[in-house]
Amino acid sequence: MLNGRQHGGVSVTIATSLEDACAALAVEPCPLVLSGGTDLMVEVNRGSRRVGDIVVVNRVPELVGWRRKGDQLRLGAAVTFAEICGSELESLVPALAQAARTVGSPQIRNVATLGGNIATASPAGDSIPVLAALDAVLELRSAEATREVSLRDFITGVKQTCLLPGELIEAVRVPVLDGPQEFCKVGTRNAMVISVASLAILANRGSRRITVGLGSVSPAPLRASDAEDHISPHINWDGGAIPDEATIAHFARLVAGAANPIDDHRSSALYRTHAIRVLARRALSRVLGRLSAT
Amino acid sequence: MTGTRVARRTGTAPRIGESARRPDGVPKATGSFSFSSDLRHDRMLWGGTLRSPHPSARIRSVQIGEAVAVTGVHAVLLSDDVPGQKVFGLEHRDQPVLAGDVVRYEGEPIAIVAADHPEAVRTALRAIVVDYEVLTPVVDPMTVEETESIHPDGNLIRRIHLRHGSQDVVGDVQVEGTYEVAMQDQAFLGPESGMAVPADDGSIDLYVATQWLHSDRDQVADCMGLDPEKVRLTLAGVGGAFGAREDLSLHVHLCMLAQHTGRPVKMVYSREESFHGHVHRHPAQMWYRHHADRDGTLVRVEARLILDGGAYASSSSAVIANATCFAAGPYRVPSAEINGAAVRTNNPPCGAMRGFGAVQTCFAHEAQMDRLAKALGMDPVELRLHNALVPGDKLLTGQTITGTAPVAEVIRTCAEHPSAAAIATDPLELPGGTGRTADPGHVVRGEALALGFKNLMFSEGFDDSSEASCRLLDGVATITSACAEVGQGFVTVVQQIVREVLGVDEVVLLQASTADVGSAGSTSASRQTWMSGGAVQEACGQVRVQLLERLATQCGVDTDDLVLADGQIVSLSGGLEVDLAVATEEPVEASVVFRHAPTWPLDEHGQGSAHVAFAFSAHRAIVDVDTELGLVKVVELTTSQDVGRVLNPMQVVGQLEGGAAQGVGLAVMEEVLVTDGRIRNASFTDYLVPTALDMPPVEIAALIEQAEPGAPFGAKGIGEAPAISSTAAVAAAIRNATGLNLPRVPVRPVDIVFPEGAT
Ligand SMILES: Cc1cc2nc3c(=O)[nH]c(=O)nc-3n(C[C@H](O)[C@H](O)[C@H](O)COP(=O)(O)OP(=O)(O)OC[C@H]3O[C@@H](n4cnc5c(N)ncnc54)[C@H](O)[C@@H]3O)c2cc1C
Repeated sequence: MLNGRQHGGVSVTIATSLEDACAALAVEPCPLVLSGGTDLMVEVNRGSRRVGDIVVVNRVPELVGWRRKGDQLRLGAAVTFAEICGSELESLVPALAQAARTVGSPQIRNVATLGGNIATASPAGDSIPVLAALDAVLELRSAEATREVSLRDFITGVKQTCLLPGELIEAVRVPVLDGPQEFCKVGTRNAMVISVASLAILANRGSRRITVGLGSVSPAPLRASDAEDHISPHINWDGGAIPDEATIAHFARLVAGAANPIDDHRSSALYRTHAIRVLARRALSRVLGRLSAT
Repeated sequence: MTGTRVARRTGTAPRIGESARRPDGVPKATGSFSFSSDLRHDRMLWGGTLRSPHPSARIRSVQIGEAVAVTGVHAVLLSDDVPGQKVFGLEHRDQPVLAGDVVRYEGEPIAIVAADHPEAVRTALRAIVVDYEVLTPVVDPMTVEETESIHPDGNLIRRIHLRHGSQDVVGDVQVEGTYEVAMQDQAFLGPESGMAVPADDGSIDLYVATQWLHSDRDQVADCMGLDPEKVRLTLAGVGGAFGAREDLSLHVHLCMLAQHTGRPVKMVYSREESFHGHVHRHPAQMWYRHHADRDGTLVRVEARLILDGGAYASSSSAVIANATCFAAGPYRVPSAEINGAAVRTNNPPCGAMRGFGAVQTCFAHEAQMDRLAKALGMDPVELRLHNALVPGDKLLTGQTITGTAPVAEVIRTCAEHPSAAAIATDPLELPGGTGRTADPGHVVRGEALALGFKNLMFSEGFDDSSEASCRLLDGVATITSACAEVGQGFVTVVQQIVREVLGVDEVVLLQASTADVGSAGSTSASRQTWMSGGAVQEACGQVRVQLLERLATQCGVDTDDLVLADGQIVSLSGGLEVDLAVATEEPVEASVVFRHAPTWPLDEHGQGSAHVAFAFSAHRAIVDVDTELGLVKVVELTTSQDVGRVLNPMQVVGQLEGGAAQGVGLAVMEEVLVTDGRIRNASFTDYLVPTALDMPPVEIAALIEQAEPGAPFGAKGIGEAPAISSTAAVAAAIRNATGLNLPRVPVRPVDIVFPEGAT
């Protein structure tokens, strides 16, 4: 561990073990956690976040990389989006890889981390709808304790989480599902754009469920539960027949009905709801097409 | 004094017509180029600016006591501290250096601070207490003329009521439309930055990224209460300009802080501050009615144009002149009434941007031409060809085109160029790109062509001359010019010109500074290759003549007997062969002031020979549109341009691609969102410019080379035309794909999904 490096009165600790990171965070006032810096440094440069002491976590071995254990994946909080969209994860959690590919530019994806995306808790965070649809569980750790919180309990509002002072996200656990997955994101540019509306649809042959996560249309992670309940029984999970157009259209309306969007400078609530309905129909059709093909 | 020095073996360095690589190209790509934000000085202080959070307010008081007390702070200055003239401006001095009793736009500077460290600057800025009486901002350009004046100069900046030909003409076929262009930002990457260094004799050196050193110098000197020669401006590394560096930004502030503290002071705007720190492209509201005969011959064009100039005049009066003069496009129009006005509001100030008034009207007149073609049942390309200007035709201003005008050639070559656009299957190449939203089944394709033109050089009687000098010593040519290199390629073209005229290989271009030479005029209006290139060509020509005369006298031969080529002077009759380096052991020098043919002001009907020359371009766009989501992918852009003569092919391609990218941006995404006078997207997170997935390859169908009389080597300026017709072409292609009217750019997803105006 390197610590006590003084930068204009600010100490920067580059943690090289989980213990060091937690110890460095267990002081008053609580230092800032820095991972890839692609959210934090933007806020600092804009002057909306004062720099205090800093603990850098993206070199901590326990936070780096991922591993599979049976049907579970454990993704270190410091896994970068470049690692997610350019690896075996593309086949294990396809929707997460698709979401990762839409994040920023190659330069951003090379340093931006999954943990940073979650902790920022922006309604437009691209990993959020996928993790919500996957029922992701976060492993949190501080010098005193560890705990597990579901993603949906972790993010409590716009840029608000239940992370306690001294705590960090160590890892994210998600299941490996049997079934096709789709992530789609609408923005007003063809790349490197903040989401106006996004959606993840996952099929799970094991539980015979479709799950749907929505992005940029609510303050906190959102599932379209009514739509999930409606569509899941309509699907012939053993292959073959797929629901008719009317059922898919109804599903899309239910998904759109779950959205709770706002008007802002990036778009309008009306357009967002419309986009969610279109995405729901298209993404479900893609998922169903692949379900029936296998 | 540093300079750009390029040495190569005799005869191999690129001359006119060959691709010359920019000396600053690799340094810029690899990060070693020194931009204005990289300036450093040992004893340097940092400067910062306090800006108004309100678009309109009266300032009751400003308290700086606590700010002055902040550790490390050396100066906190207000309006009363401006030593000379309190206002500046390009054409009208109407903009306060620092706001005194009123603020007229969000972000207007009120106080400036110098301190040891940027953090101390920020702390001091936060400690300044301003008591505002907040007023309701005047933001609707359509009604400001009936609203109480927000500035002593009134709310109307300039109106031109152009009337051309008989006013009684009525066409068999008429089409009418209302159009709107939103506010575009130049989106340069290098934020405003510079450094002022005070000298012992009370004079000041200002190093700054700008487009026109001498205009800045004169305004700064007036505001500092100094003689012009006491203020020396030197060009610092420019990170893009596109019009945004024509007006002063931090120039006077830096000089005030430097003079007050006796220390060098540096300032760099943040990105957000930069959006408030420079002018933008004027938003435009335009109404048009076109009249034509049944065979498609245009007989009359009527238009009303309103440009929102924002709080201060900047170059609005010249921009509205362009919008008005070129309102109908490069077509033969015997009768016209164009009522153009630039007005003042509490919106962000608008001024120069690539295309300068012609971009807005091109979007409208090209939409009108397509509408007319539809009404006539005529092919839109045929309609354009039928009405295309030719040399000898008159413009709306009554001016006869005396130079080249290959309009039909530009249209034809662009329209006939084969398209290579395939149907995409990779989701990345479909509308929505990385978002994977599109299903090929919901995507429709559209195609359209648009035509545009604008003037080269300044107009309406303005004397925008350029001075340059050439000194030939030991076979090396040294050029002095105050031409600002902002990325347009003067650094390469000047070397090509010198080599061509003097047969030398080694050319040194001294750093541009007001201390060494007279004005080169502005790097804008597509004018520097013609004006400063012309000055350099003439200076070199004089050096050549002087050198040959001197040698002829020395050797007792006839001057006509001597030729200078490839570093040698030889006599045609034989016997004499002198190396140029030897012949110039004694220097030969010449200095010239170059002028274009004179122009005249517009009369009260907007008539007059106000312009020097014109450049024409066409773009053909092919787009894919996801009609359900309103997302667009520009698939292909093909262009032809009237260039006079290609001096540096590589640079021409660069300008055509870059300009088209700005045009694509305005067509589908670039907009400074302003609500109640406030900018809502002052960042590159939310002010979107095209990425590699938004900008298609630019196919150059033809570069039309017809030598323009009076221009060096016949070359026309090429920088602006690519940004003019590209926007109109992309918008028209989206119309073609969707069948919608789309009267506004940028075309937003909601405009396609909810075309009735619902949001
Ligand atoms: C140009 C650009 C484009 C972008 N595009 C997108 C986009 O398309 N989609 C998108 O979703 N986001 C985008 N972002 C935002 C950003 O890149 C992502 O949110 C990224 O995942 C943040 O991760 P980071 O590692 O950089 O976080 P940092 O900036 O290091 O940290 C962000 C926040 O998370 C906290 N934090 C980080 N790691 C941990 C941890 N292990 N435990 C607890 N707290 C932690 C930090 O304290 C801080 O509050 C973009 C950003 C930029 C600059």
